[in-house]
Amino acid sequence: MPVDNGSEIRSAIEKRAVDAVFQDGTPCRKISVADVTDLAGQYSLPGYRIEIQALEAGIIPWRYVRNFRALSFADQIALLRAKVCVVGLGGLGGSVIENLARAGIGSLILIDGDLFDETNLNRQFLSQEDRLSMPKADAAAERVNRINRSVAVSAHQHFVRSPGEDRKLMEDADLIMDCLDNLESRFVLERIAKDLQIPMVTAAVAGACGHMTVICPEDEGLERIYGPPETAPSKGAEKALGCLSPIVAMMGTLEASEAMKILTGRGTVLQNRMLAADLMDNTLQILDLG
Amino acid sequence: MANPEIQIKLFATLNKFAPENGDHYPIPDDATVADVVTALSIPQKEAKLIFINNTRADLDSPLKSGDRLGIFPPVGGG
Repeated sequence: MPVDNGSEIRSAIEKRAVDAVFQDGTPCRKISVADVTDLAGQYSLPGYRIEIQALEAGIIPWRYVRNFRALSFADQIALLRAKVCVVGLGGLGGSVIENLARAGIGSLILIDGDLFDETNLNRQFLSQEDRLSMPKADAAAERVNRINRSVAVSAHQHFVRSPGEDRKLMEDADLIMDCLDNLESRFVLERIAKDLQIPMVTAAVAGACGHMTVICPEDEGLERIYGPPETAPSKGAEKALGCLSPIVAMMGTLEASEAMKILTGRGTVLQNRMLAADLMDNTLQILDLG
Repeated sequence: MANPEIQIKLFATLNKFAPENGDHYPIPDDATVADVVTALSIPQKEAKLIFINNTRADLDSPLKSGDRLGIFPPVGGG
């Protein structure tokens, strides 16, 4: 039975807090990973809830200290309060969850119906030789738990094909991350995101090239990139070129960066603009989708 | 006056159609993107996402000397 006794938890956090100094020499107070985990168990709460309360009391969960001052206390709280849905847990998704779990996104909904096979090993960080045939959703949940036990994870082993079922899973998400590997599913996911009025970060890769953008519910979105869904092929140039690891990891990381900016309201988001890259000649351009 | 020329950047599978003189590619007066796509033997349905000077354009868009033309095929991998 979860106990959500704010003042009792607050004083338990205060008792565990110790004096520390920021990297710039400023004094502060901190709480350790072990203490957060311990309190989370004691009060039957996900760790991120303990961490939010600590930050509200001016105490830094020390695992996030290197996020500061690039992020403020309010920014870190916003990340911890956020729920992000990552669809596709291959190359892009693996890179996205690695970044988001470390940044301290409080809740992750992870969706992929696929199992790892040998063709994934060249680029998908969640795949490894002893995980062939393992569901990607299970591997992703395990990875998040190993990085950051404070994150509340739900993993779902299915493909995004039925908007009804998926709408339910995603309806209270703040953000949807399109990490899929085919155009057909991307259009289905975009439909769901627009119906739910949730922004979607999307990236796609072929060979050493890739592009990434942010689609808000009012935007034309994927149609600007691929033309009408009925004329778009199911697979793109990746069918001929495959996908190289560096561009996949990079585009996934850029997606995570956009997610952090959207959730904190910081920086400039790539809405109606696209970042396009070709690592073969180090082309990196911001393009206006008009 | 010098003959009009443009700079061409072709992404992913389209890279194989890139001309050697892609940094100084000569175009006729009043050329459109479609003219260049045809001249380079790029299948039109592969020229999905077109940019002139970093702004989205289409096959009918006119080109002028000094423009930078970028073309993406559909790309969907992850």
